Amino acid sequence: MRRLRTLGATVSSVPITLFGLVLVTFLIGRVMPIDPVIAIVGDHAQNDVVQAVRDQLGLDRPLVVQFWIYLKLLAHGDLGRSVMTSNPVTHDIVQYFPAPIELATVAILLAVLVGIPLGVLAAVRRGTWIDHCVRVFCLAGHSIPIFLLALIALLVFYATLGWAPGTGRSDIGLEGMVPEITGFLTVDALIAGDWTSFRDAVAHLMLPAGVLAYFSMAYIARMTRAFMLDALQGEFVITARAKGLSAARVIWRHAFGNIAVRLVTVLALTYAGLLEGAVVTETVFGWPGLGQYLTISLLNADMNAVLGATLVIGLSYLLLNLLADAAYGLLDPRVR
Amino acid sequence: MLTRRAMLAASAAVITAPAAPLARAATPAGVAVMAKHIDDVISFDPAESYEFTNNEVDGNIYRRLVGPDQSDNTKVAGDLAEKWDISADGKEFTFHLVKSAFFPSGKALTAHDVAFSFQRVVALNKTPGFILTQFGFTKDNVEKLVRAIDDHTLQMSLPVAQAPTFVLFCLSANVGSVVEKAVVLEHQTGNDLGNAWMKGHSAGAGAYQLTQWVASDHITIDANPHSGLPVSSKRVTLRHIVDPSAQFLMLQKGDADIVRDLTPDQLKSITTGDGTTIISAGQGSSIYIAMNMARPEFQKPQVLQAMKWAIDYDAIANNITPNTYVVSQSILPKGLPGALTDMPFKKDVAKARALLAEAGYPDGFSVKMDSAAISPYVDIAQAVQADLAAIGIKVELISGEQKQVITKMRARTHEMALLYWGTDYFDPNSNAQAFCANPDDSDASKLRILAWRNHFKDPQLTQMVEDAAKELDGEKRIGMYQEIQRIARDRAPFIILLQQISTAVLAKGVSGFVLGPLPDYTKYAGIKKA
Repeated sequence: MRRLRTLGATVSSVPITLFGLVLVTFLIGRVMPIDPVIAIVGDHAQNDVVQAVRDQLGLDRPLVVQFWIYLKLLAHGDLGRSVMTSNPVTHDIVQYFPAPIELATVAILLAVLVGIPLGVLAAVRRGTWIDHCVRVFCLAGHSIPIFLLALIALLVFYATLGWAPGTGRSDIGLEGMVPEITGFLTVDALIAGDWTSFRDAVAHLMLPAGVLAYFSMAYIARMTRAFMLDALQGEFVITARAKGLSAARVIWRHAFGNIAVRLVTVLALTYAGLLEGAVVTETVFGWPGLGQYLTISLLNADMNAVLGATLVIGLSYLLLNLLADAAYGLLDPRVR
Repeated sequence: MLTRRAMLAASAAVITAPAAPLARAATPAGVAVMAKHIDDVISFDPAESYEFTNNEVDGNIYRRLVGPDQSDNTKVAGDLAEKWDISADGKEFTFHLVKSAFFPSGKALTAHDVAFSFQRVVALNKTPGFILTQFGFTKDNVEKLVRAIDDHTLQMSLPVAQAPTFVLFCLSANVGSVVEKAVVLEHQTGNDLGNAWMKGHSAGAGAYQLTQWVASDHITIDANPHSGLPVSSKRVTLRHIVDPSAQFLMLQKGDADIVRDLTPDQLKSITTGDGTTIISAGQGSSIYIAMNMARPEFQKPQVLQAMKWAIDYDAIANNITPNTYVVSQSILPKGLPGALTDMPFKKDVAKARALLAEAGYPDGFSVKMDSAAISPYVDIAQAVQADLAAIGIKVELISGEQKQVITKMRARTHEMALLYWGTDYFDPNSNAQAFCANPDDSDASKLRILAWRNHFKDPQLTQMVEDAAKELDGEKRIGMYQEIQRIARDRAPFIILLQQISTAVLAKGVSGFVLGPLPDYTKYAGIKKA
């Protein structure tokens, strides 16, 4: 019951958080020293054209009125129209969001599969050469700029070894071959039963996902190691060992089980960060993601697009936090 | 049950999955793949399109009455118009159309489509609309002034006589593209004359038609089966690849046939001996420094001259922008009709210092300069800062997003700005008007281009620009523009630094790609792969 109340309080805070997010983003957009009309009509436009667009966008009205109009439209699910793509922002989000979800999901899975065992291993073998190797490996992943990592990956695996395809989500010859249902190219290819497109989509996914995974894995492994070191010194671990339990059981059941809640928080935030923070990777790999959409929109003062994308990213963070909250109850009996 | 062994096997399979099927092949037959920045596209509607990539693609989708002469692009040649007559007073243009132009729908292009296209541009009055409305066309008179006499004859009457070459070059711009009236009206929403639909679709009689546009991802165009024009590649795909290194790798691996945005260093490293071809074309675009004459220092002609004599133009071009920009010192870039190609200014510190002293600033002064925080502007700004420091002018650099710099300059709140200017159409009037004409310096002025934005009030130059636009004698007109350029070098508060060179690298066996001096003159139809 207490858990339900906590979850209810968290859910009820969502609208307030979103309102704050929209308000701050809206105000930042309006005080930016870029005239949004320039983004639409260009530098050469005549005055009458500039004024007509300014009127059309309502930019001469007071800020409060502009914000109220935006909120009213938002309440009807209308995020406005993007200047850069000429599409409704909702359409753009539907188009650009599946790609980063696909990328981030594969990246986080790879990062978890490698990062957690590495972190646990380093903690268990603390101070040995294994620990040192893991720490150096993770330090490199976290220190090398991601654009450099991405370019090295392209150079090695695409240009030199030829193991991976180049940029984009699919080969030119296969572009548009799979009917778009979910927007996730791998899933759509599976639904269509098109194995060639599926293999191509997976292949195009692996290199950018691998780069992102290495970056995230480094963080996850370091956090896992730190949490595990803490847990392994706990009295419950000494007790478990004294009871004669096997080393694997002590490590995975008792120590790891104890850090799972904290690790879930790390994973949720890492995953959310990947959804919107993969701009550099998207740029190098020509991957049409929401991060790139948001960046281009911001540079062009395309405020409807910026607000829409920010809202979606904010919602993702909130949703992942809610899921993490819900997961605490499953992982930690004290929270139930 | 998920065992540890099964989990490890699954992980290994996922990690190694891409390794198996990926022996890279060349791009598919009949498809030309181009890697390029395409995030500037806003709309493909020729009544609205005004950016580089959309204008370039439109140039392959739509046809116009006239276009640049392939052998001498300072002259116009017929495209849809096989011939035309101009009345002695320069006010009546009669175009006789070819009968061989067809839209993708299979229908023949007629003079009614042409008249509708021009009327539509004027009625919508989007950004490029002024290229036609500057001749006096309005929503109210355009239907009377631009009309189809029959299916193959179009008559255009100008309210005021204009230089014929001026009119014809404006009609060769993207805004002069002819759309299929029936298709556009079929997709009309409200009174938008099909504008919303035309942003992402096409209705032209050119060699290609727009198949798909995903913003900041790719553009695909397919051959127009009825155009009757020779097309070597049935499909052309432009992929948005931001990173030049990634473009370079795609070229090396055969995943792109043509790449467009390599850096000067990458261009230097390309060896053409293996069949790779580098092509380039001077563009109608310049990088310049504007000096706002609201600053009292810039009201002194000697200061403007001192600034122009202080810059090391060759060092900037050779060290910062090799292969991508060349020195240019005229308001008309080389290639435009009447452009002066001599370079009167070179770095002369003693002369520049003497001019400053003559103006009453022997110790120089301090000034702020806005510039875009992107390559090559950052490096150019620093080079200019160093050159001006040598004559005692302390420049404080203010870096920002390019649109931020433009916003500031349009509001006339800058002191100096390093910016980029591209000609609107291939006639000298475009740049001459932008840099020299300022009939009204007040905030209520209707003409607020570069001269106005920098408080450059020169009644003589303003009048000369107006007269040249109406001069019926072609040769005399060219002479007038040359004189305008000379005076502008002396008096205008603009340091013209560089002219852009557009460069494309074609993979081994690829040929037939034509780079034009303006984006809409770049042609894809001849792209062939061996």
